[in-house]
Amino acid sequence: MPIISTAGLARTFQTKRGPVEAVRGIDLTVRSGEILGFLGPNGAGKTTTLRMLTTLLPPTGGAATVAGHDLVDDPAGVRRACGYVAQSGGVDPQITVREELVTQGRLYRLTKEQAVRRAEELAQDLDLTELLDRKCAALSGGQRRRLDIAMALTHRPRVLFLDEPTTGLDPGSRADLWDLVRRLRDEHGTTVFLTTHYLDEADALSDRLVVVDDGRIVADGTPSALKLRYAGSIDASLQDAFLAITGRGPAPADSAPVAV
Amino acid sequence: MLLHDTALVFGRYARQTLRSRFAMLFGVLMPLLYLLFFGPLLTGLPLGSRGSSWQVLVPGLLLQLSLFGASFSGFMIILEKQSGVVERMRVTPVSRLALLLGRVLRDAAVFVFQAVLLVIAALFMGLRAPLAGILLGFVFVALLTVSLASLSYALAMKARSQHEFGPAVNALTMPSMLLSGLMLPMSLAPGWLDLLSRFVPFRYLVDAMRDAYVGLYTTSSMLYGVLAAVGLTTLAVTVGTRVFRTAGA
Repeated sequence: MPIISTAGLARTFQTKRGPVEAVRGIDLTVRSGEILGFLGPNGAGKTTTLRMLTTLLPPTGGAATVAGHDLVDDPAGVRRACGYVAQSGGVDPQITVREELVTQGRLYRLTKEQAVRRAEELAQDLDLTELLDRKCAALSGGQRRRLDIAMALTHRPRVLFLDEPTTGLDPGSRADLWDLVRRLRDEHGTTVFLTTHYLDEADALSDRLVVVDDGRIVADGTPSALKLRYAGSIDASLQDAFLAITGRGPAPADSAPVAV
Repeated sequence: MLLHDTALVFGRYARQTLRSRFAMLFGVLMPLLYLLFFGPLLTGLPLGSRGSSWQVLVPGLLLQLSLFGASFSGFMIILEKQSGVVERMRVTPVSRLALLLGRVLRDAAVFVFQAVLLVIAALFMGLRAPLAGILLGFVFVALLTVSLASLSYALAMKARSQHEFGPAVNALTMPSMLLSGLMLPMSLAPGWLDLLSRFVPFRYLVDAMRDAYVGLYTTSSMLYGVLAAVGLTTLAVTVGTRVFRTAGA
């Protein structure tokens, strides 16, 4: 039983210059406990897909279930089962870490005592305990990201969606975040659905990669399978495979003179 | 659940307001300046009212406070959209309606509080009015705030940026203030202006409030004022609810 399954999931935006098909029909299944890397060039439809799967944006076509709940008929069920960290994060800079975590618990319908306890648990788990009484504005990039993830884990979701979680982080914070994602899956069996532009990250972290381009899935497989198939060798870089898949490779070497 | 969630959202934004007490007092500044430097000009003028000029001016200033303040409530949500707070809350099971009502009720509390401060200042300037009328006036301030804040949040959810939102709101509030006779009663206006002002719902609120301030509670102005206030509130909350339920913003 897949934890996420979509069939022909699509989203068209109406704009002044006519309809824009951001997502043109995504068929996808994700197994429980999988770490899925969702890749694609800018504008490929990654964030739109994520926003549909987290109920933020109603699809204009197709269907999907997340943790057994239908996206359209039971959005409340989907919301209880999944956590989402947007690219921008989502905390108020003027509020303390503790207050944000407790309010988040209350939004998930915990009682006040439960929410206070859960905030402390999360802070412990994500190494935020020392920071609980700081304002969110005073956190570093890596600390902010850990807080964003703590917020999304408040209700122990079965699926965690991360939209470009490590953009702008220093190498140390990125490595910490990778460890955290692996730990979530290993200790809690959480399914992690993440988008990224860092191919080393996708390679190191994902069990499986799905590449989208122009609103459609153009490749799907383990990192080594994609390298073998699209770049000719499992020792090739994921970068080469990615460029071959999305057809945005560097121009052939002999097409222009290097020097005149 | 709706009550629980509304109380929660109200609490979050009420604490935010309490953290910026200065901003809250700043909101009273403009009507207070009118009270101090414009009010005394009216004391000797024939305003066609049964009471003193203060009984004409203060209801207008209270509604002006709400008109200019509540219309810009949406600014906050634009900032929250940019920081991702709106979406972060919308992926939780929290009631969509509560996300609107909690904010709107906070605004109502803030503007009624500011209105109380302004009435106290007006009492020092020379306002004398029946207590029941003054209290009824606060109800009008609350209803107008709920209406305008709901519309403002709805517009802000749809607006792409504050650069789009600010000018749009300005373009609506300024003529509304002039055309509803908030500063001076429209009974002084020439026929065409009086007629035009009848298309602005705030006019009925201020006329009713001026009646309340001279102790007249059963006039036709009062009836129209109550109908306009309740109608506007119902319409605005309905619009706000629809936007908050569906917004992909």
